[in-house]
Order: sequence, then structure tokens, then C-alpha cells
Amino acid sequence: MNRSPYITDAPSVSIIMLKVLLALVPGIIAYTWIYGGGILVSLTIATTTALVAEAMLLKIRQRPIKPYLMDMSAVVTAWLLALALPPLAPWWLVVVGTFFAIVIAKQLYGGLGYNPFNPAMVGYAVLLISFPLIMTKWPAPLLLADHPLSFMEQLNFIFSHVLPNDIKVDAITSATPLDYLKTQLMLKHEVASITEAPIFGQFGAKGGEVVTGAYLLGGLYLIQQRIISWHLPTAFLAALATISLVFYAISPAHYANPLFHLMSGASMLCAFFIITDPVSGPTTPRGKLYFAAGVGILTYLIRVYGGYPDGVAFAVLLMNMCVPLIDAHTQPRVFGHKK
Amino acid sequence: MNAIINFASNLIHGVSSNKDVFKFNGGVHPHDHKAESTTLPIAQLAMPEKLILPLRQHVGHIPKILVQVGDFVLKGQMLAEPEGALSAAIHAPTSGTITAISEQVIPHPSGLPDMCIMLAPDGKDTWAQLQPLDWRNTDKKVLVDSLRSSGIVGLGGATFPTHIKLRTNGKSNVHTLVINAAECEPYITCDDMLMRERAEQIIKGIEIVQSLLGAEKCMIGIEDNKPQAASAMSVACANKAMQVKVVPTLYPSGDARRLIHLLLDVEIPNDKRSTDVGIQVFNIATLLAVYRYFEFGEPSINRIVTMTGNVVKPQNFEVLFGTPLQSLIAAAGGAKVDTTHYIMGGPMMGFDLPNEQVPITKAANCIIAAAPNLFAAPPPAMPCIRCARCADACPVNLQPQELYWFSKADNFEKARDYNLFDCIECGCCTYVCPSDIPLVQYYRYAKSEIIALDKAKEAADLARERNDFRLARIEREKLERAQKHAERAQAGKAEAKSTETSSAETTKEKPSENQEAMPNTEANTTAATDKQAAIAAAIARAKAQKLASANAAESPKENVAATETTKTPEAEAAELKAKQDKQALIAAAIERAKAQKLAAAQAGVAPKNVENVSAAVQAEINQTEAIREKVNLATETKKPE
Repeated sequence: MNRSPYITDAPSVSIIMLKVLLALVPGIIAYTWIYGGGILVSLTIATTTALVAEAMLLKIRQRPIKPYLMDMSAVVTAWLLALALPPLAPWWLVVVGTFFAIVIAKQLYGGLGYNPFNPAMVGYAVLLISFPLIMTKWPAPLLLADHPLSFMEQLNFIFSHVLPNDIKVDAITSATPLDYLKTQLMLKHEVASITEAPIFGQFGAKGGEVVTGAYLLGGLYLIQQRIISWHLPTAFLAALATISLVFYAISPAHYANPLFHLMSGASMLCAFFIITDPVSGPTTPRGKLYFAAGVGILTYLIRVYGGYPDGVAFAVLLMNMCVPLIDAHTQPRVFGHKK
Repeated sequence: MNAIINFASNLIHGVSSNKDVFKFNGGVHPHDHKAESTTLPIAQLAMPEKLILPLRQHVGHIPKILVQVGDFVLKGQMLAEPEGALSAAIHAPTSGTITAISEQVIPHPSGLPDMCIMLAPDGKDTWAQLQPLDWRNTDKKVLVDSLRSSGIVGLGGATFPTHIKLRTNGKSNVHTLVINAAECEPYITCDDMLMRERAEQIIKGIEIVQSLLGAEKCMIGIEDNKPQAASAMSVACANKAMQVKVVPTLYPSGDARRLIHLLLDVEIPNDKRSTDVGIQVFNIATLLAVYRYFEFGEPSINRIVTMTGNVVKPQNFEVLFGTPLQSLIAAAGGAKVDTTHYIMGGPMMGFDLPNEQVPITKAANCIIAAAPNLFAAPPPAMPCIRCARCADACPVNLQPQELYWFSKADNFEKARDYNLFDCIECGCCTYVCPSDIPLVQYYRYAKSEIIALDKAKEAADLARERNDFRLARIEREKLERAQKHAERAQAGKAEAKSTETSSAETTKEKPSENQEAMPNTEANTTAATDKQAAIAAAIARAKAQKLASANAAESPKENVAATETTKTPEAEAAELKAKQDKQALIAAAIERAKAQKLAAAQAGVAPKNVENVSAAVQAEINQTEAIREKVNLATETKKPE
């Protein structure tokens, strides 16, 4: 019988997923520092929901539960969704989003390896469409808040939506810089004056840019570990920077500079953790470049012209649809075939 | 675009920039496990008690047996001679008696038995009369022709008859000789040790082949994990028209097309052979055999085999062909207790041996004793997550994840479109798969299915052609018959006129026979006139029919009517003759069909995609072919009905 090769040397799917989780840790630490411990609660809720939903669906689909739970892909989806949601999102929002991501976007399509859309982004998009108000209200970073909440207060708010007596919800939340910029531009203000508002930091959102930087760090670790290829983040960031530079060059008064776009919203999370999902992305090197560039351009267009403050989720989902086409048309030249 | 991608890849991952070699895509770095078997020099294996010599030890036709059971043979005596161009001889590895010629289990992925000559050594090891050739002063054609009976085949594992590769038919376009000493598979060290110990002889072998092919340039490719071998070869080839080139250790650099690219920056087009672009590749062990054949007249009777893995004392041995594996295991100090089975070849492309009694053949470069601690059973496969690590590792630049999808779904057309047949089954994709999917197995399956489908389709085409031909022939025969009958009828009319009365009497006696000619049997009195009219009418009809058949488009029914109308004894005789004619025609048609089939088998039907097919697939193909042949035979015997 010919069953060679007899040797293998590859990290298992679980190891790959664990490394992705590890790469998210700097971002989570920064997040906790900037926005408080509430995110840890969200992560826990999302992880639990994802594992329970995954186990349930595997049971219904009569698949072995243990190996599929151990692959950790559900946890990655849960963490990415939780990190994309507003920090003090109510518990049920996290549960609904995660449940949708795991059950509808992943398991009903056939589970790991078969989902055409990025599950975390499907969950996010569903929440954004269904609960736009909650989804666009972000709490101010602790250092900007009039009444910074303690961990217990955050925990209480997540589960019962109750704040300490003298605080109003509006006092702890504000629009994100992307959102703020958009509304202010509509009011005919100029970029230079808008960005003088306290929510703006050095490059992007005050505080938020620290988290973004931590994502970048984790992403570089993933490239170094060869968990993700450089093609996707590079093409995404380059496309986003290029298109924002073009608009910025045309009219600096009406368009934010490239650095702001790179460091705001979910740009870095998207570049290193979301578009790098192998299952819903293209496989050819050239295809990865096209795919990521497409996400970058769509993200910018939705940010600037769309109805939502950040465009990452929709951009990713739209490009997910193009993946079979991209793959089919970017097949590399096979050794010995005509150039 | 690709240049940018490559540049960025190199920038980020810091690929070593050895300017001398030309890197191919992908490849993997498995632990080489070569140190274990290189601590001891090559040892001579003691004479085994019996030798099992499979007739099929090479690519090509089975050689014709020259000996009988009971014959005494001398060492180096030819036991089976090559039959046809693509074939190789089998020689007696030692002197002794032929004890049996029977089917034995052979080292082959199929695990099926094959015809073997059994030889009981007499222990004297007496050489037959050998005929060395002065290769420096002998005509090249004579040398190559004599090589046909040397039994030498590619000893790197491909076992392609060497004399075919040296046939130049007067003009050779080979300008570069590539010597494959990369030995990229883990565990295998037979070429390494051979170069360390016998570099001088190998170099002489290279000189012979170089002069036979008229190649000006010669490059010897050795991986950088064999520094001793490389320096031995460099010393031996100093001041010669050849060059040792050390290539980075990267599996599968020993694949001929990969090695050519590494050394010469030449990509052999997928639909061409290396000789089409003037490059020929030889393995060093083969060259040593060529040298020893010309210098000493020694045919191919032994080879160096690496016995390694889970044995007490891994080592390289010079082993006579036909030696049972157990002798080799014993010589290496025996297998450790937890040994589960034996692998022939390397761990990347080798295969399981069925038992310890199988003989060492020309293809056996390495035997690995396998144990769970060396080769852990792979965990159950997880779904493909499309991570494309396989694509990154593929030395042919295929998209293994797509091929896997298509093979799994039996979407063979798509698999072919995605260049499945460029796959060399090197195993790199499986090696790197995080989901532990046995990708190569899927490709082997898909390849064998596609080849079987291709063959079935060609067989069906042939059958349809044959059927069309048969139908056309039947039609033609009918028309010919009708024509003949019409002619007879005309002749019969004259006859009828001369013997009118007797004819009428016959009609009276057998009215039923002529019912159509005489519809009204009661009107017997007017029989003569009526009959005349009827005959005239029949002739007219026959004439019309003849005209129609000349136009070659007439319905058979009317022909039958005409036949019946004019059923005279002469007509019956004609029918008999036609029947005989028909039989002759059928026989001719069968002969023609046979000839067609033979021609097709020789040229057309042979699948175009056989180059990158593993032994396992080949075995499967042979099996299906045998079955198909049986079916063909069955249909053929049915045919004459």
C-alpha cells in the first residue's frame, strides 16, 4: 500500500488558532487599560456562547464534538466579534451576535472550512443592522470620561444596564471619531477644526489608537510565525492608505489624512485578524492581494460615503462573495507551463 | 507582479541568496535522519540461502526467460533477455541452480505477486566469462547496443532502462549532463556513501556517459548536507569537463526537473522531456554500474541499499538482487522489538513492504524499519481550512487545496484543468497540512480514476467505430446480395422461357412456394400465361431495384420481397454463396479490428498522462487494463455470431 508521506511537520489547526488568540492578547490588554475591564466580561460571554452553540450544533449535525471544539476556531470567532463590539455592549447583544456567527454563518454552512463568509463579520453585520443605536454608541475611554466606571460598575451595566445613581448613559458614551467626523463634515465643518475635539488622539481616536497599535504588534507576530501571509495586511493597509491619500490630496479640508484611516476604527483588527481568516478568503498569493485591496477600498468608500461609521464588516462580506471568482482568475503559473 | 511578490517574500522571510543556484517554489525541510546510517562504511552482505529474482524490476516489457528449472547458472549469466526496446535483462547474481520459476510476492505498492526466478546459490560464486569493452576505443553504437544486455536501469528508483537514455541514433542533441546526487529524501544515504567511497569510479562512469551522449557540460548536484561526498566528488573530477555544484538541502531537490532548475535555471516545459531541451539526467549509482559493465564486463547484479530506521545498527550494504529482506535486516543487527513494518524508499515517497521475505530489487535504494516512535500514525483528518500552506510548499506551484476539493468530489475534469497531472506526488503538501489530510492519496486516486476513464473512453470510441463499420458492412452486403439476386433473376428468366412447362409443373407441385408469384392458386389453368406475366413483373421490379441499389439507398424490405419472388434453386445457391461471402467479410472485419486495436495499443491508446504517475497508480492501471483485455476477448469470441 502506498500511503506516503509517513512524516508530517505542521502545527495543527488548534495550534494555529491558539497562536491567533495569543496574538490578540496585547490588543486585549491595551483595550482593558483604555476602556476598563468590561471587555473581559464581553470576551467571556462570547467565548461561552460560541462553545455552547458550537457543541449544540455539532451534536445536532452528528459530528464528533471534542475534536471540533478543540480546534479553537469558535473561540477565535467569539473573540474577534467581542473586540469589534462596543466595550460596554449589553450581554444579550454579545450572545445574539455570537450565536448568529456560530450557528448561521458557520455551522449551517457545514462548519469549519465550509463557511463562505467570515462568521465574526456576519455576526457584527447582523447586530449593526438590527441594533444600530447601541452599536454606534461607544463609551469614552476611561481617561476622557466624566465618570470613569469601575470594573464592578461596568459588569453591572453589561448585565442589567444599570448605572450608579448620578450618572446618565450619555455621560459615559460618545460617538467614535469616525462617526463624529462624518456628522461634522455633513454640518459643513472642516477636518482641521473637527479633529481638534478631545476624542481625537495623535493619529486616530484618543486611546483607541493605542489598542490599534497593539493589534499591529500582534499581527506582526502572526506574520513572523507564518500563521498569516504578509499579502493580506500589506495590500489592505496599502489600498486604504492610497485611496485616502488620493482624497486627502484633492481636498484636505473634507477628507481625513491616510494615517487617521489606518489608525481608526477596526483597520488594524481587520488587516491582521479579520481578512486573514483563511476559510472565507482567497488562497492564491495574487488573489490575496486583490481581495485585501478590495476590502481596503470598500472600507474607505463606506466610511466616507456609506451610512455607517465604519465599513470593515460590509467590505469584508462583499469581498467574501468575490473569493471564488478571485481564486479562479489568479491561479499561479504551474512549473514548466508557459509564462 | 510575481517579481514584486517574490521580492517582498524574500525581504520578509530572509531567504538565503545563494547566487549559484536557482530556487524553485516551495519544498520542505524534514529532519534528514542521514547521520544514523553513515557512521559505518558500506558492507558486503553475506550470501543468502536463496535469491528471488522478479522479472519485472524495471519500467518496460517483461524480459524473456532463458533458463529452465534445474539449470545450473554462473554468476553474471543472463537469465532473462530484454524483449522489445524498452526492457532490461536479468542476470544471475551468483552461481547456483534454478530451483523454481513461479509467482512470488515482490516489493511493489500493489502487494501483488509477480513472476520470479528462484536461484539456490552454490556458495562458490563462480563468474561466467565476462566481456569487458574498451570503451575509449569502441564505436559508440556498439557500446550502447551492448548496454542493452547489461541489465542496467536507473538505480535512483525510477528503474528506466539505461540503454534507452543513451540511444542517440547517430546524432545527440544533449549538451548538458546533470548528475543527480542530491539524495533529498530523509534516511536514504546509499548515494552519499557511494560517493564517499567510490568517487573515482563514478567519475569514470560519468565520462563514459558524457562521451556517449556528446555532452560538453556536466553538472553534479549534491545537497549541502553531504559535505564529505561533495568534496570526494570534487577531488575526483578535478581537471575534468564536469563541475560539482552544492545545492541547499531542500526536499524535493532530487526530483529531476527541480534539480535541473536548481542547477541550470531551466524549466523543462510540462509537456516535454529534459532531452527535448538538451539535458539528460543520471543517478550516480547508475553511472557506477555503467562503468563496471564496460570496464569489467559486470552486468547489473547488485546495488547499495541503506538499511536504517528502527534497526540496531543502521548501515549501507552492497546487496545482490534477489536477496530476501530478512537477510538485510539481520545484517543490520536485527530490528528492534517495536518494529511494525518495513518501508521501501524514503519516508516521503516510499511504500509499505508486504513482508520480510520480499527480495531486494533494482529499485530498492533504502529500507526503513518503521516503528510508532519514528512514524506516528496521523491523527484523524480535520476539514481543510484553505490555509494554502500546501500551495506554499508545492514545488510545482500547484494549488493542492483546489485539487483536493476536486478529487474529493470526483470532479475529475476540474482536477485535470488544475493540472493534477503535473503533480509529482512528492508529499510536501501532506507534510505541511495542519488538518492532516492525506492529500497525496486523493491525487493518486484521482489520477488512476482519470486514466481509467480515459482508457474506457478510448475503448468505447473504438467499439463505436467498430460498430459503425459493422453496420455499414451489413448494409453494403445486403445491397450486394440484392444486386446478385437481380442478376440471377435475369438469367433465370431466359432459363424459364426454355423450360416453360417443367417450370409450370414445379409450380403446380409446390404452390405454396410461389404464392406471391401466383396469388390466385385456383387459376391453375391459366398458370402458364399468368406465370409469364408474374415473371416479367418480377424482372421489372428487380430492374427497378437494381437501379435503386446503384444509387445505394434502398429499403431492405423490398429487397427481401424481390428475393422471395425469384426464389429459384439458383438463387438459393447464390444466397449460400453470399452467406459464405459474409462470413469471409466478418472474418476480415475482425482481423481489421484486431489490427486497429493493436495499433491503438501501441500508439494511440497509451494514456498521455503517464509521466507523473506513481508505482501504485501504475499498478492499478495495469490491473484495470488486464480486466479490460479480458472483456475485449470475451466480446471478440462472441462476435462471429
